[in-house]
Amino acid sequence: MTQGAVDRPHRKVGTSIWAAAGLTLARDLRLAFRKRGQLVQPLVFFAIVTTLFPLAISPELSRLRDVAPGVLWVAALLSSQLALEFLFRDDAQDGTLEQSALSGQSLSGLLFAKTGAHWLLTGLPLALMAPLAGLSLGVPVAAVPGIVASVAIGSVALSLIGSMGAAITLGVKRSGALLSLLTLPLAMPVLIFGARATELAVKGESYGAPLELLGALAVLGITLAPLATAAAVRVNLE
Amino acid sequence: MAWTWFHRLGSPPYIYSLAARLTPWFAWPAALLMLAGLIDGLVLSPPDYQQGDGFRMMYVHVPTAYMSIMIYTTMAISAAVGLIWRIKVAHAVAASCAPIGASITLCALVTGSLWGAPMWGTYWEWDPRLTSELILLFLYLGYMGLRSATEDVQRADRISAVLAVVGVVNVPIIHFSVVWWNSLHQAPSLMRLGKPTIAVSMLIPLLLMLLAFTLFFVAVLLVRLRAEILSRERSASWIREVVTP
Amino acid sequence: MKALSDFLDMGGYAGYLWPSYILTFVVVVLNVVWARRLLGRSREEARRRLATRAATEAGAAPTRAGEAT
Repeated sequence: MTQGAVDRPHRKVGTSIWAAAGLTLARDLRLAFRKRGQLVQPLVFFAIVTTLFPLAISPELSRLRDVAPGVLWVAALLSSQLALEFLFRDDAQDGTLEQSALSGQSLSGLLFAKTGAHWLLTGLPLALMAPLAGLSLGVPVAAVPGIVASVAIGSVALSLIGSMGAAITLGVKRSGALLSLLTLPLAMPVLIFGARATELAVKGESYGAPLELLGALAVLGITLAPLATAAAVRVNLE
Repeated sequence: MAWTWFHRLGSPPYIYSLAARLTPWFAWPAALLMLAGLIDGLVLSPPDYQQGDGFRMMYVHVPTAYMSIMIYTTMAISAAVGLIWRIKVAHAVAASCAPIGASITLCALVTGSLWGAPMWGTYWEWDPRLTSELILLFLYLGYMGLRSATEDVQRADRISAVLAVVGVVNVPIIHFSVVWWNSLHQAPSLMRLGKPTIAVSMLIPLLLMLLAFTLFFVAVLLVRLRAEILSRERSASWIREVVTP
Repeated sequence: MKALSDFLDMGGYAGYLWPSYILTFVVVVLNVVWARRLLGRSREEARRRLATRAATEAGAAPTRAGEAT
């Protein structure tokens, strides 16, 4: 009987899904901050796109103010799309995704954490940048809270919808166009309500109703999207 | 007893021969009903009190719009069945539905636009029903695009099934959009609880066309399904008897 | 004749109605044609696949018979 062969008391060793999700989130954020150049790409894209519209339409602020809500939202939608293709790609290539699927933790929970990281890195900064772009398009200062709120909430839904699309197209090389084809149709309601909320904010009217609908879409996304995303990832890992 | 029947439904050779036998039973009635519906709709039925003869566009727009949703639902259900129970034939059914559904949806959008132009004064409006119907077209195209972009057939089946199921949220949106929002489009007069609010002389040709389009869809589906099964069952032995004339 | 021209006129809506009906007819016919063509092509392909398989099997057999002797 060797010295080391002592029965260790059985203890449940494991990480709760919250801890695991938190670790995933922290990891993704840390990895993203290592490539700082890539971090700002969606924001730079957003700035460029919103600059193009005054050049293309008209420099008159009164005219720009009318189209500002739509411009802001289309630009935000396209910018948040940019980072989606890479949401799962790196992890899929180095096997981390497979490990996550096999880990016994809830895959949808882990993927939700990754999507959350995407939102913190794309959606939230866009929500903070959007008022600046809006002001440059002639939007009144009073509209700023409304713009921030609608883009912040709407981008949550956009990140979740986008994560489904990214998971579904994981197996497709150069999936940019297909990803857009799949994501944009489902993102249209977000665009409609978001632009509506921003428009009301710009006009100085109460924007509570579309904002609530945006919130409902975000909640719907939070509850359903991770399940679909996990299912798609599992299919692509088979 | 019922279980063996269910098992046979999953067997490609059985489905193939069943599809071959059933096709004429759907194709010919579809053609006859469509002819009858056309005659009734264009000639026999009365013009509308408000829209005059323009109302007759309903007899092509409503059936195609209805079918666009029905086909997607069929596609989503068979995709889900294939995904959950891993039945290849179900995936073949879903794949066969998509091109039919896409063309019918396009037809619904254009006929709707042509009907809307004289009645509402505009060819297009971004109102909820038209927008969600357009989304439906994109979902069909996305489904077909995803399939063709995925090389492995089994993976293509399963990943497009996930997409089809996710997209099904659009179907209730299309249907209820005219109830939930003040829309340009009229409220449901047929698919609602209670009696339809449409005159009988106009209801009959509409029902004829609806039935005709349904049978037409099944007939085309059965033909496509056979093609799909053949291309999947690469060198199975049962193909020999079926294919040699 | 007037009845026919009245019919074709469709109360002034002819420009909208007839394109609708024609488009629908075209979509229906195209679906039928396309499906049948697809089936024909699948059958052709299956026939060809079986033929090449039979040919390669027949080609392989004589060699074995030759080796046996």
